[in-house]
Amino acid sequence: MKVLVAVKRVVDYNVKVRAKADGTGADLNNVKMAINPFCEIAIEEAVRLKEAGVATEVIAVSIGDKSCQEQIRTALALGADRGIQVETDGSPEPLVVAKLLKGVIAKEEPQLVILGKQSIDGDNNQTGQMLGALTNMPQGTFASEIKVEGDKLNVTREIDGGLQTIALNLPAIVTTDLRLNEPRYASLPNIMKAKKKQLDVYTPADLGVEPSAHLTTVKVEPPAERQAGIIVESVEQLVDKLKNEAKVIS
Amino acid sequence: MSLTFDSARLANPHLTSDHESWRGQLRKFIDAEIMPFADDWDEAGEIPIELWPKAAAVGLLGMGFPEEFGGTLEGIDSWHNWIANEELARIGVGGIPASLMVHGIGLPPVLNWGSQALKELVAPQVLAGTRHIALGITEPGGGSDVAQLQTTAVRDGDDYVVNGSKTYITGGMRANWVSTAVRTGGAGAGGVSMLLIPTDTPGFSRTELDHKQGWWASDTATLYFDDVRVPVANLLGEENRGFNVIMTNFNGERMFMAAAMEACGRVCLEEAVQWAQERKTFGKRLADHQVIRHKIAQMKQKLNATQAYIRVCYESIEAGNPNPGDIALLKVQASETMEFCAREAMQILGGSGYMRGNRVERIYREVRVNAIGGGSEEIMRDLAARQYGV
Repeated sequence: MKVLVAVKRVVDYNVKVRAKADGTGADLNNVKMAINPFCEIAIEEAVRLKEAGVATEVIAVSIGDKSCQEQIRTALALGADRGIQVETDGSPEPLVVAKLLKGVIAKEEPQLVILGKQSIDGDNNQTGQMLGALTNMPQGTFASEIKVEGDKLNVTREIDGGLQTIALNLPAIVTTDLRLNEPRYASLPNIMKAKKKQLDVYTPADLGVEPSAHLTTVKVEPPAERQAGIIVESVEQLVDKLKNEAKVIS
Repeated sequence: MSLTFDSARLANPHLTSDHESWRGQLRKFIDAEIMPFADDWDEAGEIPIELWPKAAAVGLLGMGFPEEFGGTLEGIDSWHNWIANEELARIGVGGIPASLMVHGIGLPPVLNWGSQALKELVAPQVLAGTRHIALGITEPGGGSDVAQLQTTAVRDGDDYVVNGSKTYITGGMRANWVSTAVRTGGAGAGGVSMLLIPTDTPGFSRTELDHKQGWWASDTATLYFDDVRVPVANLLGEENRGFNVIMTNFNGERMFMAAAMEACGRVCLEEAVQWAQERKTFGKRLADHQVIRHKIAQMKQKLNATQAYIRVCYESIEAGNPNPGDIALLKVQASETMEFCAREAMQILGGSGYMRGNRVERIYREVRVNAIGGGSEEIMRDLAARQYGV
């Protein structure tokens, strides 16, 4: 079974991101970048399927400029067999990403596609679902456990108030939640071996896609600074403030 | 722009995606397996023995050592080393890298100068983190003046009989082997040999040096040799040529220390800037007071200079023509920078920096071990002056 995993280059989750002074975006100058944590979980799951003898090949795909090859190489060091970069300027919006991934699926014909449920920069939580719609493949989102049984895939999903297990026909799309697994570290020897693994570069045109923008970022600003608290003198004062200042009770 | 550990690092055009990948994975390992416990280990004066096999599994212990002994050598360059030294220093507990990576000075004499049998016995276990090695040069009677060391090894049949002692030996309490400098011949540098001494040999004993200013997490020992019989086959290099073995070891150690010291200075900058942007005095942020802004700018200035100098020295190593004088002075540059940044960061942090349990307080206490160990500032300047033919 061939498994395709999407990985995205994002700001490292430890970095305290700042908005640019002109409000056009986040300041990424000299900022540490990493694989999106949910994508890392996706890679780990695919590698575990391979180690269990279920998957035969794991392909890591990323979309972006040349710098995203760094994240593809990390995915290869974590255990993916080969990589694909779809070269675009910057980071396209979810619908474009989904169309490009559809193009990669048409070329590679994987049985299973694993994506992070969302990326920690855009927090869109759209790509997996859009990809399901575009390819007409069944989708299991927010997976906390997956099990391949013959040509079926059981996906346990984290939903409001509990867990839901659904059975999908393969080929299928899965998006990962936080508890699916705990990703390993890539060791230095594996990082060095990953340099020799195959990495193909496609343009959107190779995949028959014309990137188009439907979204415009109007403004990026930091969250409002938290005001200092006060100690109220009495219950009456508390009720008064909740009613008239905070307006949370009436 | 902000000034953090990462953003205060100057761009280095030599770094490729595998270097960045190594930094990312190593940092994940450190943040999960070391950072949360580092304070406690330092206070306890001990690192759990389980850390070594874990560090071996992520490839840290084997970095730069041959594949045949379980290491990773192919494709590894100075930049992988620099990254590892930086990331380990970022923990802010100097005793951890000092002890965890002490095979970096203990093992090369075996691999560069020992017999094949010795290499096969020692290297795989050390690189797997299951057994440990240290380097024994300094003696109670003297450190910097290596040529005058007094521990003797007298030939008796197929053995040397070793008598004397070594002190300030990092990793000495844990070591299964010590690459030891001994006197086999006459006075001076020409009578010194290197000998690999197993610590389970009768006549070997050791005591812990546990009242140090810094590096608490690192075990430091005084070693005693009373008629310790060591096979002649444990000789590292030729008899009476040990001084050469010792000297070839030093460049690597000094680069390791310089990289770590600059990174410690950068930790101080990061902590000081974060505090200065939060703390308010006289109605404005600390960072808005000119006196504080200048301290921060001057820290960055010195860190920039040290980073650039480190890069030049690593470039010369990559090109195969390192200058020992330049590397000696780099070590001085780095310890002065670390000292300056620790001082200024402490002034900015004030009382909160003075309390135990933060990285600046610890780095402040670990300035001296860096300024003295691996060649004191005074010896480094003297060595450089000689190298330059002054």
